[in-house]
Amino acid sequence: MNPAVCLNNVTAGYDCNIVFTQLSLEIDTGQFAGIVGPTGCGKTTLLKTILGVHPILSGQVLLNGELIKHSGQAKKIGYVPQLGSVDWSFPVTVEEVIMMGLYTNKHLWPWPSKEERERVRDLANKLGIYNCLHQHIIHTSGGQRQRAFLARALVNNPQLLVLDEPTTGVDIKTQHAVLHLLGDINSEGITILLTTHDLNAVASHLPWVICFNNGVVAEGRPRDIFTNEILTKTYGGDIVIVKHGDYFLIANSTPLYLSREAP
Amino acid sequence: MEFFLAPLEYMFFRHGLLAALMVGALFGLIGVYVVLRGMSYVGHGLSHAAFGGAAVGFVFNFNFYAGAGAMGLLAALLINRITQSGKIKLDAAIGIVTTAIFALGVAIISRVRSFNQSLEAALFGNILGITDHDLIIIGIVTSATMIIMFFLYRPLLFSTFDNEAAKIFGIKIRRVQLLFTLLLTLAIIASMNIVGVTMIAATLIMPAMTARMLTDSFGYIQIYSIIIGAITGVGGMYLSYFTDTASGATIVLFGALLFCLSTIVKHIRERRILHANLHRHGNLIHSHPHDSDHGIQHDADNK
Repeated sequence: MNPAVCLNNVTAGYDCNIVFTQLSLEIDTGQFAGIVGPTGCGKTTLLKTILGVHPILSGQVLLNGELIKHSGQAKKIGYVPQLGSVDWSFPVTVEEVIMMGLYTNKHLWPWPSKEERERVRDLANKLGIYNCLHQHIIHTSGGQRQRAFLARALVNNPQLLVLDEPTTGVDIKTQHAVLHLLGDINSEGITILLTTHDLNAVASHLPWVICFNNGVVAEGRPRDIFTNEILTKTYGGDIVIVKHGDYFLIANSTPLYLSREAP
Repeated sequence: MEFFLAPLEYMFFRHGLLAALMVGALFGLIGVYVVLRGMSYVGHGLSHAAFGGAAVGFVFNFNFYAGAGAMGLLAALLINRITQSGKIKLDAAIGIVTTAIFALGVAIISRVRSFNQSLEAALFGNILGITDHDLIIIGIVTSATMIIMFFLYRPLLFSTFDNEAAKIFGIKIRRVQLLFTLLLTLAIIASMNIVGVTMIAATLIMPAMTARMLTDSFGYIQIYSIIIGAITGVGGMYLSYFTDTASGATIVLFGALLFCLSTIVKHIRERRILHANLHRHGNLIHSHPHDSDHGIQHDADNK
């Protein structure tokens, strides 16, 4: 079986600024993987390269064995953007947002067909946002917004779901709810790839993690690769890992208040 | 009734009214996307470029629409091309391209030192001088634009709301942007003689902004904006007739009045909703929509 995502010696960047060179990476079909790394390390560029939005300088990107030359080519991809990039004052309801996921279908009329409407309602019901379908997006909570965009990505039955920092800007309870929901979606056979800054959320919810800093530093199960050495190499600073049975907590080694001298 | 029928006895008024009705509805529809795509300045710039083209056409004895159309479309294509790389932002590209073409028109006029009636109409609008030929052009552009935008609704909405996601999902965003800019250019050229270059931007934006005050649904905004645009055109024309003021300016002022009224309506409606949803749970006083068992749920949470 072809891997869901395959990058062969890919070099990408902006103008003269190369973000990563000769990158090779494979994400198996059905995997639930997270990319972690410091700000500006190229996580979003990597996602955009996989999605075909960012042009590559050399190498190949294959999705489910198909060579990707431009965005929108791979039909079975769902994408959830960073919520911070969304214009919340835009006059659309939750239903209209979800419906956009079907806008590439060959449907001539502006209004949705009966089948499309049913599909959106079923999915909204499944994700627990049925009651806010007719609400303007600005009037929804952080969790409902994340679910609305997730529904937009899922409504066309994707094989690969890509999320850009889905846990940013939501409280810890919503964060857990979103990751659990993604786990459920993954268990239905959908490959999931996301970026995040929250190492602890990754450690407790994701089975596979890629430490990234302008290239793959390490990849594997969180318990195997969340080591002092790898995280220090990824983030460039001392990181402490506190282990307690099967659980572990990742923290900055020297909190600011401890590093200050007492007066 | 006699009051409203009296002006219709005059041919110039009937022509002007029909033109204002069509342009109002057309701008109502296009204006929604212009505002939401952050292209308000594009409308302003393209009208200036089209004026430059009209001036060039005047000197070389071209048809008014041919000169304005050629330069307007050239400006639209150039702006599209310059901004494609992302290095030059839209407002900067408009500033360079459209002002240069407008300046060309001004330079040509200053050289010829004559300013005929059609150029003056293009600059300030002359709705009462609308000919049958103008009406046919406005009619064709209005119907063609409305039909194209009807079938372009889905890709236009998606790319307006979330351009990058639309691209990832497979929408041809460059084609959509180019087609929309061309439609906008045609609409501007067709309506230049009615409201004039100096007031086109306001006419384009006001119906959409007024509609935005009245609803949060994109579908309804479009319908409201078309209706408000048509009402603005017709109402402005009648007001202009009865107050004996310039028609283009009166249409803009009437549109501004409707916008002010819509902001008041929005304010009153929001206050009403706030008061209707205001409720108390223990010491917590707050306001948000809720269903009948909300209070019970809150009380249970508090316990």
